Amino acid sequence: MPAVQETIDQVKAIDVDQYKYGFVTDIESEKGAKGLSEETIRFLSAKKNEPEWMTQWRLDALRRFKQMDEPNWARVSYPKIDFDDLYYWAAPKSVEGPKSLDEVDPELLATYEKLGIPLAEQEILAGVEPKNRVAVDAVFDSVSVVTTFKEELKKAGVIFCSISEAVREYPDLVKKYLGSVVPVTDNYYATLNSAVFSDGSFVYIPEGVRCPMELSTYFRINEQNTGQFERTLIIAEKGSYVSYLEGCTAPQRDENQLHAAVVELVALDDAEIKYSTVQNWFPGDKDGKGGIYNFVTKRGDCRGKNSKISWTQVETGSAITWKYPSCILRGDNSRGEFYSIAVSNGYQQIDSGTKMIHLGKNTSSRVISKGISAGKSENTYRGLISAHRRASNARNFTQCDSLLIGQECGAHTVPYIESKNASAQFEHEATTSKISDDQMFYCLQRGLSEEEAVALIVNGFVKDVIQQLPMEFAVEAQKLISISLEGSVG
Amino acid sequence: MNASMPVRHTQAESDLFERFETSKSALSGSVAVTALREAAVDQIRDRGLPHRRVEEYKYSDLRAFLKSAAPLSESADVAAAKAVLDAQDSYGELERYRIVVANGVYLPELSDTDALAGEGVTITGLNEALAGEHGAQLLSSPKSALNDGLITLNTAFVQGGVIVDAAEGVSLSKPVELVQVATSRGAQVTRNKVTVGKGAKLRLLETFAGDSGQGEINSVFDYTVADNAFLATTRLIIGGGDAARLFTTIATLGAEAEFKSLGFIAGPRFTRNQQFINFTGENSEAKIYGVTMAGGDDLADQTLIVDHAVPHCNSREFFKTVLDGRSKGVYQGRINVAQHAQKTDGEMMTQALLLSEEAEMANKPELEIFADDVICAHGATSGQIDEDLLFYLRARGIPEAEAKTLLVLAFLSEAIEEYDEDDVTEGLESRVRDWLAGH
Repeated sequence: MPAVQETIDQVKAIDVDQYKYGFVTDIESEKGAKGLSEETIRFLSAKKNEPEWMTQWRLDALRRFKQMDEPNWARVSYPKIDFDDLYYWAAPKSVEGPKSLDEVDPELLATYEKLGIPLAEQEILAGVEPKNRVAVDAVFDSVSVVTTFKEELKKAGVIFCSISEAVREYPDLVKKYLGSVVPVTDNYYATLNSAVFSDGSFVYIPEGVRCPMELSTYFRINEQNTGQFERTLIIAEKGSYVSYLEGCTAPQRDENQLHAAVVELVALDDAEIKYSTVQNWFPGDKDGKGGIYNFVTKRGDCRGKNSKISWTQVETGSAITWKYPSCILRGDNSRGEFYSIAVSNGYQQIDSGTKMIHLGKNTSSRVISKGISAGKSENTYRGLISAHRRASNARNFTQCDSLLIGQECGAHTVPYIESKNASAQFEHEATTSKISDDQMFYCLQRGLSEEEAVALIVNGFVKDVIQQLPMEFAVEAQKLISISLEGSVG
Repeated sequence: MNASMPVRHTQAESDLFERFETSKSALSGSVAVTALREAAVDQIRDRGLPHRRVEEYKYSDLRAFLKSAAPLSESADVAAAKAVLDAQDSYGELERYRIVVANGVYLPELSDTDALAGEGVTITGLNEALAGEHGAQLLSSPKSALNDGLITLNTAFVQGGVIVDAAEGVSLSKPVELVQVATSRGAQVTRNKVTVGKGAKLRLLETFAGDSGQGEINSVFDYTVADNAFLATTRLIIGGGDAARLFTTIATLGAEAEFKSLGFIAGPRFTRNQQFINFTGENSEAKIYGVTMAGGDDLADQTLIVDHAVPHCNSREFFKTVLDGRSKGVYQGRINVAQHAQKTDGEMMTQALLLSEEAEMANKPELEIFADDVICAHGATSGQIDEDLLFYLRARGIPEAEAKTLLVLAFLSEAIEEYDEDDVTEGLESRVRDWLAGH
């Protein structure tokens, strides 16, 4: 079945030439020297006032990076990146160290306002507490410009600050956890990131605390010829809970820009981390010119028993996406989830998916991925589900559907399903026709036609994914919410 | 990650180069064929045997498995071949024609050449053809199989095989068994080309008899199914022994053609059964089934690429795997749908049953789709025997071992029944039982 008109219209509405965040903020900024070298790293490290151990950590990563080869297994193609032709440090001049909101350059505040991210803290007026307050860490090029609601969070014991600040203020925590989920030499881009990471968020939720509000980071690339190297580290202590949101945009530029991020999540016993992303980097224009290369390593470690990590993503941006948010299910009874909607248009290339690595007993995971490709784009789901020897009673359910709109795009599915334990039960399926017979029978028996029954079941299923998104992302998700799955292929 | 070149050659690779030097002059072929053989050996020299860094061999590292490579087998004598065949008949009472290839070379003395000619099927030895003007064409590969390690290895050392030609419109009353016999130790490398003419119908049984010792068995089966033609192939890969069993199917389908195949693996130490199915005409159908049983330290790999290059074709892939001991099962399947191959219907399913704690299964069902009006689906499951089912049977007084056997049989026979060649698959149940009892 071809895609229905409604779906086509909806995808068109978010086509690459409709990109709304392509403006440039005209702000005086400071850049480091071009090129990837020890000097660059020392400069960067000095700029951030980092302790010596951090500088050494970076230099070590750089040495390892120089010995690595660029991976070529993903289904994406792009000209070779010249790492010596990039700036690794760019910051608005007006930002020097952490600031309170009053001191932030109005130009920056205006930029975030325009992006729909108000940074002003909503005050509690006349005892009326505004609903759905979100604490935001705003990262502009290489630096975090402001983090809101810091004081209030502190009262709850939650640490929410930029990673640069954490390196200075909480070195013990950073030393203990940084690189413990994504090791320095995990992969090419993670190693690069370890050497030159600029800013990102640090979150620490103490034992038993339920984070009082949603935390969020908004990444903005503004400068030309820069790479943004975000590093985020979230630690949820025993019995804690946090929901974290991430958003990203970039101006419309002719050349490609690199965003190589590393995100590490650690969930200890009974803790839960919910990580949501709306990725809306500039996807390039309709001729495939420009756009962000989004080469990201995201991984969560369910280190403690009964812990849970869930990734939800809506991907519409970037010229190239190379990203596999994963869960290591180490603790017994831990659970990993991955919900994704990836829409590619124009000349975008997406190679994305997840890894669920079952190590502990009774671990379970669920993967739901929807890929929609239009224009001349390529959209690949690549996923790994594995159960190791000791992962008795591991459970996985995976469903990945894709939809093609037009004749010039491609949709691909590359799942790896590796079971080394007999009691592990894995199910992978990829089509609308695989709706369970029981559900169909139930609906048909109640007088629905087959078509109505399918629509009902499928809609219920899509809502399932969308409901994983926090309220704050509803607007963006809304555009995709009613995309029908008619004409899906595996 | 990167398919890095092996810097040092393994013992097996060195053995292969030596094998090539010693048997070069004996291997038949025109000048062009010899050039192809040399190019193939150079490719092995450059890249080594297929290893785990090559994506297609990620789970089946032939380079690590082959500790050495035996010389090619010597030519067989008729009496010895007959003795092996008499002792080891895969189909017993089943009425069929027989074509015999012994130690890699066609043996007309034991084949039903005349009877087949009477039915409109001609058989010739591959060797004569390789030496002829068009010899090199016999060794060509489809796009999806270019540079494949097993085919390269086959091209370098192919000793012989048969060319089977079913004329337009013929419909055979009996299936044809193509049996490859080993009468002595040594590698057996064959290539068999089967053409089913327009509107013709052929059922082929591929079997192996004898013991090649450490020598690998490497066979390429190249089928052409013309417009409106039908071909069913049943391949039995059975038995112990340490030899690597390396099989390749290349099938090219015309319009309105039908192709069915069943690959049945039970017991060898290392098996790779890979198939490349290519649709070149519209409204054709391919149904590919796999039944795999592995125990001990066995590795059994079923790999499949179905290339939907034209519109309106259907393909169905259904694979069942039962694993015991420390064995490892591999299923890699890919359905390619080209941009203009609209109305393609592809359905792929792979299911694995793990009977022991230490068995491993790797499933990789892939889709690569460039057309927007298609239905393609894939599914993959793996797990152990359902305790409830087992309980149900035991509650009815069936002993545990027999209950398990019944459940395994039920699991595997789903694929065998769908293959729907009852007379040919009749004996498979007892083979499943033998395997369950015997390892």
